[in-house]
Amino acid sequence: MSAPSELGASRDGYGNGLLRLADDPRVVVLEADLGKSTKSCHFREKYPERTVSLGIAEQNMMLVAAGMASSGKIPFASTFAIFTERAFEQVRNGIARPGFSVHICGSHGGVHTGSDGSSAQSIEDISLYRSIPKMTVIHPCDDLSAEELTVKLVDLEGPSYMRTARNKTTRLYDEDTSKKLQIGKGSILRRGPDAAIISCGIMVEKSLEAADELCKEGIETTVVDMHTIKPLDEQLLAELAEECGCFVSAEDHSVIGGLGSSVSEWLVCNRPSPLEMVGVRDRFGESGTPEELMTMMSINSKDVCNAVRKSIERRNTN
Amino acid sequence: MGDGDDDSISELIEMSRLCRVDIVRMTHAAKSGHPGGSLSAIDLLVGLYGTDLRFDISNPDWEDRDRFIMSKGHASPAIYAILHQMGLLEESDIMSFRSLGSVCQGHVDMNWTKGVDFSAGSLGMGLSFGLGCAISARMDSSDRNVWVMIGDGETQEGQIWEAAMSASYHRASNLNVIVDRNRIQNDDFMEVQMEVGDIGKKFASFGWRVKDIDGHDMHSIVDAIGWALEDSDAPAAIIAHTTKGKGVSFMEDNPSFHGKAPSDSELDTALEELS
Repeated sequence: MSAPSELGASRDGYGNGLLRLADDPRVVVLEADLGKSTKSCHFREKYPERTVSLGIAEQNMMLVAAGMASSGKIPFASTFAIFTERAFEQVRNGIARPGFSVHICGSHGGVHTGSDGSSAQSIEDISLYRSIPKMTVIHPCDDLSAEELTVKLVDLEGPSYMRTARNKTTRLYDEDTSKKLQIGKGSILRRGPDAAIISCGIMVEKSLEAADELCKEGIETTVVDMHTIKPLDEQLLAELAEECGCFVSAEDHSVIGGLGSSVSEWLVCNRPSPLEMVGVRDRFGESGTPEELMTMMSINSKDVCNAVRKSIERRNTN
Repeated sequence: MGDGDDDSISELIEMSRLCRVDIVRMTHAAKSGHPGGSLSAIDLLVGLYGTDLRFDISNPDWEDRDRFIMSKGHASPAIYAILHQMGLLEESDIMSFRSLGSVCQGHVDMNWTKGVDFSAGSLGMGLSFGLGCAISARMDSSDRNVWVMIGDGETQEGQIWEAAMSASYHRASNLNVIVDRNRIQNDDFMEVQMEVGDIGKKFASFGWRVKDIDGHDMHSIVDAIGWALEDSDAPAAIIAHTTKGKGVSFMEDNPSFHGKAPSDSELDTALEELS
């Protein structure tokens, strides 16, 4: 798939998705001061009567959302990804355990967040939320896919966590292709028999760049936008194990507990295959541009290329 | 039931006694649980369920019922006792308290027990949940009220004050909190562990209406419930001064019965005192 040149930030997609959901009177939006950043502000401007401002108090916000869900509402609660973590136990005990359909959006996830520095760069959110029973975990790669997946959340039974990104990235979907996305189903953006790159968020774009580069060497890869980390599209992994026989995971997140861990857990128990993991290696970030940080953290497109070569080599020598 | 006259107050007091019997019996049967904070809270619960709490026993999921949120979820025996006395729970249910598969889970859980509006167990969360219910009621133009019971030790959790601040900001006049001020927490007396001072003044400083009462005097309880429901644009806090373990002499003001069940002989003594 050739990448269109337009840019978009997944947080904008979340904001646009909320607006599209406004016709459903059950939908309510909760904010913890950061509506301008998470982009729930657009909903607030048009529907102030269905927007609840809770100040800089994330723990309270999560349980207010749970209380509203218990009263028939479908709450969408957002703040920075890192600050949702402050309320992790509230999400676990107050939302997920009773099984409320509360949809949490954590924006500014990953080191790609950039110059705000390590305090704002959540690299463990996906790992945390993936560990909670009943929780759906989503991390879209561009604004249009984030918008569609946000819209589809309204029909989801149970709680969800969606990580969005602060910065604009290349738009990888258009209005038609994004509409075909389904929660829990990986999206194949490029097909090739030599290796499968399973990616999410900003790393989908980086993986497509890597695939272009590898193509010059005669290596044809499959690139999957695994926007839903949980439930994982196991059927797709099984097919790719058959077709490619080796994998690379790519995420702007710790390699501990995220997409790569998720893929490895399934592979090792079901279709043992070489897997190389591109992700943050058990360290914190710092201030810098997104590109500088991704290079420093070894999660840029060249790192994906290296991982693909290594994974193919491991498969071929087995 | 009661509207404050002497006969109805007597009925409420008798219901409290029966609930206390249930509390000591079920914790004894489970060989675990939290009798102390259940016995301090039970008069308040009976006062509420027996007067102004709007619910339908035949339809516990009625959308427009008032909500009762037991935030101090370890006082589950108090809730189970009152649901038992109202007929929503069977004798076999309360006597299976804390055992595998029982509808009477260790901490109150709305997914397990009909008539329970909140899944508690982690302190500090119920007031926020109640606020969510209260805001939703207003959005729905419903006149349902929300009652939340918290413990005094629970006010050590910062989230309580996040909720207090936001309830006042949102003018959640349909939200009412009852603080079970029994002065004892898990490890010891609060003055030893972490004294919180004048809880009423703290709520008042956040813009709440506040009333301090004797949490074992049924007249005061019923009056305070009526006071909380008066028209206002602010949420209401009833600070109920109570005795942990109230009604069972060896449990009263005894921190060790926060989370300990009575032994066989202690059960006999307790039942004799409650007879």
